[in-house]
Amino acid sequence: MKRVEVLKTYKIYIGGKFPRTESGRFYKVLNKAEKPIANVCLSSRKDVRNAVQAARKAQGSWQERAAFNRGQVLYRIAEMLEGRRAQFVEELMLEDYTKKEAQTEVDNSIDRIVYYAGWCDKFNQVASSVNPVSSSHFNFSSYEPMGVIGIMAVKSSGLLGLVSMLMPVIAGGNSCVIIASEDKPLCAVTLAEVLNSSDVPGGVVNILTGHMDELWSPLSSHMDVNGISTDGRNKYITKVQLASVDNLKRVRVYSNDFSLMQEQGIQFITDFQELKTTWHPIEKIGGASNSY
Amino acid sequence: MTAKYRFNEVPPSPSIDKVGVEERVKRFQSRSIKTTAKMQGLKMVLSMIDLTTLEGKDTEGKVRQMCFKAAHLHNGHPGLPVVAAVCVYPSMVGLAKSIVGKYGIKVASVSTAFPSGQAPLDVKIADTKYAVEHGADEIDMVISRGKFLAGEHTFVFDEIAAIKEVCGSARLKVILETGELATLDNVRRASDIAIYAGADFIKTSTGKIQPAATLQVTYTMLQAIRDFYDETGKMVGMKPAGGISNAKLALHNLVMVKEVLGEEWLTNKWFRFGASSLANDVLMQILKTESGIYQSADYFTLD
Repeated sequence: MKRVEVLKTYKIYIGGKFPRTESGRFYKVLNKAEKPIANVCLSSRKDVRNAVQAARKAQGSWQERAAFNRGQVLYRIAEMLEGRRAQFVEELMLEDYTKKEAQTEVDNSIDRIVYYAGWCDKFNQVASSVNPVSSSHFNFSSYEPMGVIGIMAVKSSGLLGLVSMLMPVIAGGNSCVIIASEDKPLCAVTLAEVLNSSDVPGGVVNILTGHMDELWSPLSSHMDVNGISTDGRNKYITKVQLASVDNLKRVRVYSNDFSLMQEQGIQFITDFQELKTTWHPIEKIGGASNSY
Repeated sequence: MTAKYRFNEVPPSPSIDKVGVEERVKRFQSRSIKTTAKMQGLKMVLSMIDLTTLEGKDTEGKVRQMCFKAAHLHNGHPGLPVVAAVCVYPSMVGLAKSIVGKYGIKVASVSTAFPSGQAPLDVKIADTKYAVEHGADEIDMVISRGKFLAGEHTFVFDEIAAIKEVCGSARLKVILETGELATLDNVRRASDIAIYAGADFIKTSTGKIQPAATLQVTYTMLQAIRDFYDETGKMVGMKPAGGISNAKLALHNLVMVKEVLGEEWLTNKWFRFGASSLANDVLMQILKTESGIYQSADYFTLD
């Protein structure tokens, strides 16, 4: 008798747990040949609510970790991903990648994680500044994370686009809620398993799958979300921007081709940082003019 | 004035079927309350809150701030009710009364060596007198759990009756501190004793001990109130306190009150929530229900 294959159920990731969607719905992911490759959760606005709640709860302690420690945690993600290469390659191939393309995508993703792991305890030194002022103050500006960031992931990429948008956000001490690519969600869910088995605290990254049609609105209008990072090909960009007005969310639109080496950098981290400027009184020494 | 009932008139308490209680409570939690019903429910919850601060570090400033909040829950949203009462330590009663009195908000004072209740009767009486003299409309007393658990139920009964006498026109809420009573049978017995000794309200917890106001415990106490009402035709109020921090749980409590006791109890004369953080969650739910937009704690007062 022919063995019946046991297909994996792809669940969503909220607060370090893998629940099914609150709505109990699912959708079929099809490949180019219109063949179903998996059943995936069709998340609802209540899943968005739960995910934002989990992200808010986790954000404070993630921000308060030593930057060096955050770097270690990110590096651990890369290690774990490396250990599960084969699975990611296989999933990308289900989503119509050739073997070569899939391998390159996974390699680049791992490298990108290591890249941002390195920045964790360095970007603030590089991006901060000491500002010249004309009073006797030591005036300096440094970066602090914005809080909870909503990420509407790149539609056309299974893994690299997601990783390229996610890593700079958490490297800077934010937590986030991700809406995975509707067409290529498999790697997003598997990435959640990687995150869960590395040292990323539950709730720092939350991953939902489903239709952008119904998820853009609750996420971008949510008063407890502080910023939105979205793929430039998202057809709801204008609506997202309008919905973000109420609590002045920062919206960043990325049309970058993340498969290129140069599409990584410190600017992706500072995109979701707030600049804090401090005026520290100093004694004026001997009448000497002070450029600080 | 003596208590209406003597201890030997307290009927034997029925034993509680814990599994049955859990089953029943589960059914209350599966009710779906949406749109207009939800909105009315939420506003009712607000009007039933005893806004509470009971900490060693309470200052006059803190109490003043809380009293302001009691009268102005969310100024950005007109048409909201005020809370039922503020609940403070006896030393803060005078101050609280001077602020909230004009809004029709009651002042409740904890008393009888709250939260432990480990003091002699004359100290407890003096404590209560002080609060009443400074204008407390309601007294939240604690029972002597040690004595209760040691089986000295008459002692507990007499103590409640004695405090009731000192209260005068102030309404007496009796805190059972169910988290320390260990079993639902004990909760039921303590409820019966408190009710027959003259309690106007029975209250679950001080808020200092976990678990506090679980639905199971509240249900058991509501049953005691129901049985007393069936027996004597007199109403007794109920106040779950501690651990009710979200709107959904509060609504489930209201469903339970309606189905166990009936609609006459759905006013702040007969039902209260003892809570400090519940109000904000209810406010956020009200705004969410009206606007469809999920809210953030960033835009509401801290306490």
